[in-house]
Amino acid sequence: MSYVLTEEQEFLKSSAKDLLKEAPVALVRELRDNQNELGYSSDLWNAMVEMGWPTTALSEDLGGLDFGLKGLNILMEECGRTLSNSPLFSSLLAGLVIQKYGGQSHKEVLTKAVSEGATIAIAIQEGQHYQPKNNGTSVIGGAMSGSKTMVADAHVADHFLVSYNTDNGVEVVLIDAKSQGVSISKEFYMDSRFYSTVTFDQVAVDEKEVLSAGKGKSVVSYITNCASILISSELIGLMTEAFERTIAYLKERRQFDKVIGSFQGLQHRAADLYGEIEVAKSIVLKAVDALDENDIMAPALCSMAMAKTSKVAKTATNEGVQMYGGIGMTDDEEIGFFLKRARVAASLFGGYTYHLNRFAKMSGY
Amino acid sequence: MSLDQFREEVVDFLEANCLKSMRKPILDESDTYWGGRNATFKNEDQEKWFHAMAEKGWTTPTWPAKYGGGGLSKEHGIVLKKEMTRLGCRPPLLSFGIWMLGPALLKFGSEEQREEHLPGIIKGEVRWCQGYSEPGAGSDLAGLQTSAISDGDHYIVNGQKVWTSYADQADKIFALTRTDNSSKKQIGITFLLIDMLTQGVSTRPIKLISGKSPFCETFFDNVRVPKANVIGDENAGWTVAKYLLTHERASIAGASDSDVMTPISYYAKSKVGVDKNGVLNDVMLRSRIAEWEMDAASFKFTMDRYAQEMKAGQSIGAKSSFMKYYGGELNKKKYELRLECEGRTSLAWDGEGFKGGKVARQFCRTKGNSIEGGTSEIQLNIVAKHILGLPS
Ligand SMILES: Cc1cc2nc3c(=O)[nH]c(=O)nc-3n(C[C@H](O)[C@H](O)[C@H](O)COP(=O)(O)OP(=O)(O)OC[C@H]3O[C@@H](n4cnc5c(N)ncnc54)[C@H](O)[C@@H]3O)c2cc1C
Repeated sequence: MSYVLTEEQEFLKSSAKDLLKEAPVALVRELRDNQNELGYSSDLWNAMVEMGWPTTALSEDLGGLDFGLKGLNILMEECGRTLSNSPLFSSLLAGLVIQKYGGQSHKEVLTKAVSEGATIAIAIQEGQHYQPKNNGTSVIGGAMSGSKTMVADAHVADHFLVSYNTDNGVEVVLIDAKSQGVSISKEFYMDSRFYSTVTFDQVAVDEKEVLSAGKGKSVVSYITNCASILISSELIGLMTEAFERTIAYLKERRQFDKVIGSFQGLQHRAADLYGEIEVAKSIVLKAVDALDENDIMAPALCSMAMAKTSKVAKTATNEGVQMYGGIGMTDDEEIGFFLKRARVAASLFGGYTYHLNRFAKMSGY
Repeated sequence: MSLDQFREEVVDFLEANCLKSMRKPILDESDTYWGGRNATFKNEDQEKWFHAMAEKGWTTPTWPAKYGGGGLSKEHGIVLKKEMTRLGCRPPLLSFGIWMLGPALLKFGSEEQREEHLPGIIKGEVRWCQGYSEPGAGSDLAGLQTSAISDGDHYIVNGQKVWTSYADQADKIFALTRTDNSSKKQIGITFLLIDMLTQGVSTRPIKLISGKSPFCETFFDNVRVPKANVIGDENAGWTVAKYLLTHERASIAGASDSDVMTPISYYAKSKVGVDKNGVLNDVMLRSRIAEWEMDAASFKFTMDRYAQEMKAGQSIGAKSSFMKYYGGELNKKKYELRLECEGRTSLAWDGEGFKGGKVARQFCRTKGNSIEGGTSEIQLNIVAKHILGLPS
């Protein structure tokens, strides 16, 4: 177990920082204001693919960089700092799932996708919340019908990993986005990103495309774990950046002939938040390592990491807006972008209460 | 010796010397051993365990062997600590000498002073208490007024300390005294070691909300103290005092950390009950317990992380204030939850069936976690100023 980065990991981090300099928060605004139809910069995404980012956690025999989840933690944290959007999240998640549970055909789709920058989107959620057990999608006579919501990167996906119900429980299958009966309706959310409702109407399911048939429950649980790692890592970057900006503002803004950072009422809230961010970082790093090492505690730790970071990210962005005062409420000031991204990120693949509950159940109460 | 070899040796040693009864959770004060002239062992197991550890210097595993310490590297020290935690071994000796004075002597003491005082701490022969706070100087510690006036090669000390934990049990006190009143209050403080048996030193216990009297008022009435007992330089005691406080804070934070092992949900399940799915009957309580356990785990891993970062050469500095704050607040929340989980019996104050009101009294004691060693508010001030760089 290591909390301190190795030289290689440091290098990954600094190269991520370098690339993301091209994608500051201002870019998010620009894409939004220009009503860009992707919701992200394809130049940025191409650069990521060229640097092999989607393969960061894949093993060498899949053509990957073999950094494990630790590498993804580093990349996602940096993306969180600049609020950078791209299909990276979906690509990483699909890569992790197929690497662990996929067969030969899935792996072929995956290696092709990561080298070309094609996207495999993950479609689990239905309805208003991430509740993977309440699955209305089913396959009857080899045809799948159902509707998935909040699917990130669906509007650019070539494939989907879709969960559906059978008599023996849940399964996850790889579906070609061009299959007959797949329709995608793109929706725009408060974080200036697109998520889609994807409808499957009598879509033919090839049984060979089911991931580890009979083990669907483990597959879905692994998706939840990996998504928790990716999102909580992003949230660490997001909250750290929002906090640093807030502290800088406290040192600059003057009222009552003093900088506002000299008021103890604000100092104590800032110091308390500093501590919450410190402990949130630690639980995420612990969860990353546990999942990398297949530790039996990993699922519980992933849920703790997700619950903790969603809570602290909300506090950090709320405090940011509050401590900026009126200017924090304006669209001109960037702190609001952090507030809005935090809300969406902290609900994808289960938010605070979902994960706290999952953790409590795993702990036997 | 390689870490793996060492681990094996440690396990053999612990298995042989730390008997089953010494691997049970500490239930009350009598389960602990503090050393010094007033100490008695509760039983033979405790005595055996203490002597075995003291002999190897493992009461202070990483202190230099020449003073009787374990002489272990940081890495070996961590192995020992981990194995002790894993086997549930109680600490063989609790001591302000180990947590506070020792580190300060190692940094600021002269060679003679180290030789004089460290062995007694390591062997548990001398019990120390801390004379910092005064009636007029708590959070504003530098405002202290206990005076030490030069008289040849001695000082004459006069004044009063308060909240001196275990002063009535201790052999010696490390005290902050004022040797100069003419300039800024942080300048003019001298760090003095005083024998509690010296003529003119007296103590009076104070009864706390827990019903117990672990701390005292300490009075100095024309007490003669040799100048050889100054740690650091005359008028430069504030630096020593602050350094010692960072160790005190880290150890207070660490003390609550060890409790993470007993899941609070255990009490809830047995006292509140669960439904047919194994979910706690009180769902409102359940979510608060889960939140607490999440925070406690996050904090524990933070302590681990800092330990690794320190090993990698990063300094902890003012982070000890954050640790003290967070750890203290966590422990208070834990006992609030325990009362809610356990209900009736945890509220009892006296009587055999109620273990003498142990939980209720311990609950009261935890309220001091955010006061002792500098209050939570003071720790937040330090974080704001020294970590976040906010101006005063
Ligand atoms: C269990 C226990 C054991 C102790 N053991 C010892 C010991 O062995 N030796 C020893 O010397 N002392 C000991 N103390 C004393 C302890 O260090 C002091 O109680 C503590 O520093 C606070 O000082 P005070 O009690 O005078 O409170 P005060 O300083 O009067 O504080 C009262 C309130 O005002 C707040 N406050 C004060 N200044 C500020 C500020 N600048 N900003 C914001 N809020 C502020 C405080 O946070 C607190 O809430 C012990 C205390 C406890 C509870």
